[in-house]
Amino acid sequence: MSRVDSEARARAGSGAPGRTPTPARIFGSVRRVTSLSRAELRLLLRNRTALFVGAALPLLTVVFLRGVDAHEDSGFDAAQLTVVSMIGLALLYVVYYNLVSTYVARREELVLKRLRAGELSDPEILLGVAVPAVALAVAQIILVTLGAFVLLDLSVPVNPLLIVVAVIGGIAVFVLLAAASTAMTRNVEMAQMSTLPLFAVCVIFSGLFIPLDSLPDTLGDVASYLPLTPVVELCNLGWSGTIGPDAPVDFAATFGEAAAPTVILVAWIVIGAWLTRRGFRWEPRR
Amino acid sequence: MADVIEVDRLRRRYAGGFEAVREITFGVRTGELFALLGTNGAGKTSTLEVIEGLAPASGGQVRVLGRDPYRDRASVRPRVGIMLQEGGLPGDLTAAETAAMWAGTLTSARPVGDALEMVGLSERADVAVKQLSGGERRRLDIALAVLGRPEVLFLDEPTTGLDPESRRQTWEMIRGLLDAGTTVLLTTHYLDEAEALADRLAIMHRGRIARTGTVEEVVASQPATIDFGIGDGWRRDQLPELAGTVLVDDGQRITVQTEALQRTLTQLLRWADDNDVTLHGLAARPASLEQVFLAVADDTSDVGDADDTSMDLTPGPSMARRILTGATTKGTNR
Repeated sequence: MSRVDSEARARAGSGAPGRTPTPARIFGSVRRVTSLSRAELRLLLRNRTALFVGAALPLLTVVFLRGVDAHEDSGFDAAQLTVVSMIGLALLYVVYYNLVSTYVARREELVLKRLRAGELSDPEILLGVAVPAVALAVAQIILVTLGAFVLLDLSVPVNPLLIVVAVIGGIAVFVLLAAASTAMTRNVEMAQMSTLPLFAVCVIFSGLFIPLDSLPDTLGDVASYLPLTPVVELCNLGWSGTIGPDAPVDFAATFGEAAAPTVILVAWIVIGAWLTRRGFRWEPRR
Repeated sequence: MADVIEVDRLRRRYAGGFEAVREITFGVRTGELFALLGTNGAGKTSTLEVIEGLAPASGGQVRVLGRDPYRDRASVRPRVGIMLQEGGLPGDLTAAETAAMWAGTLTSARPVGDALEMVGLSERADVAVKQLSGGERRRLDIALAVLGRPEVLFLDEPTTGLDPESRRQTWEMIRGLLDAGTTVLLTTHYLDEAEALADRLAIMHRGRIARTGTVEEVVASQPATIDFGIGDGWRRDQLPELAGTVLVDDGQRITVQTEALQRTLTQLLRWADDNDVTLHGLAARPASLEQVFLAVADDTSDVGDADDTSMDLTPGPSMARRILTGATTKGTNR
């Protein structure tokens, strides 16, 4: 008894309540997320369907669409279009669709419920499950970008920082929207249906293949508020210094141009986080 | 010294309005094993989930190691271990990979090999979870619960679905943890499990605690039974007045239930001695936990204390089966 008591006191002293992020607390959080991510990566590598969707589909889609010359004339060079569509498709397939399936699978097999009975916090669980998909998406984007430099004479970006912001922000938005979409996804099979609306709307109206200014005015305005649009715009701006048909601006001026899409991107992060907090279920509905 | 777990007038109401836990109060002392018993739907898991910090209380207060397990989850969790009644583990990881993943999330983990050894899964360490038997999965779940060297261990029906040998093995492991100073709160519907392990227990019924105390105390709340036969030469009406209730009387064998076993037995034996009667197959015994359990479970009154309800101790076997077998269909949250 006394042994337990002193142990209890010792540990109580070290783990005072509160949420101030001390180095020790951040380290603990990273350690927990890493452990869960490593297991999730194993699961991803053992799941052929998910791996195919994640690794092959975005690449195949980009190659196919280039083959049929789906890009309407937008003034951007082909290499840039390829890389930007790859970024968009990686976010939609690998991050969004893949994570909806994974979150729902873990929920339905009661894994999320079990994880919540441990030391991981709720955000740590969501993050830990997401890391492998995010890593896969980032790897694809880097690979295709390097490939485009070598094979397609991709030009050097005017403002690479904006591209990095776009990718990181896009990942945050689509991880959160994936978590939020699980609320309307009863099982893994349903994920194909429940992700379709956002998926289709983003593929068509986010400027991935059809430039927004070739759309009717109102539609183009609405389209600029979609979650993927600011990612595409920031990438284009970062690469060639212009979002649309306007004349390119220089490095310093791109920051001003980036303000509007950045605000929309941040707004989607807030919306995604709010929807997730509100609607995410940790166990199956009975 | 304060209890490790303090539950004070706890209430839990679900979104639909169903009140699963209706004001229960109990405490669990350091180093003891406290068992929550009850029929399916009595509120055991609903209670446990609040104490584990998985759900907030609708009313009342819960303290685990002096803290609110729901609001102070981050500081309480490193010191407790939880095994859910229904928890899932990814099917494509092996037992060892699963335990290693769990260990990586803990503040102070045992070596994975030790934890698997404790539950007898060392030989199955490299088998995928989906290929483990139901009982093996259950034991892996227990291994995860003890992996963090918890001071307080919560086990929700830990041995449901285990074969008799694994059950004994699990009991031994739990005894070992108790010897090392761990406090254990477990739910079960196996009465022998409670009898074998529990220092104290509470029987829940319809969201309330109907009986609580040591096994002995709980059993003492129920009348004892005297059972005997009288020879052909005697008739029922020649028997003396016995303190208690005559339950069975077919003219030959008589069963009497009494709150005062010694007094009733003395009356009976004195009468038999005075009249030179031989009592055939005389047996006197205190109530069993099972009798108490069935008496509580059979109490159909919705409100009020189970203490003041009349006892009917002749439940049919079908009813006993219904209560004692573990159909584990449960209502879930929300």
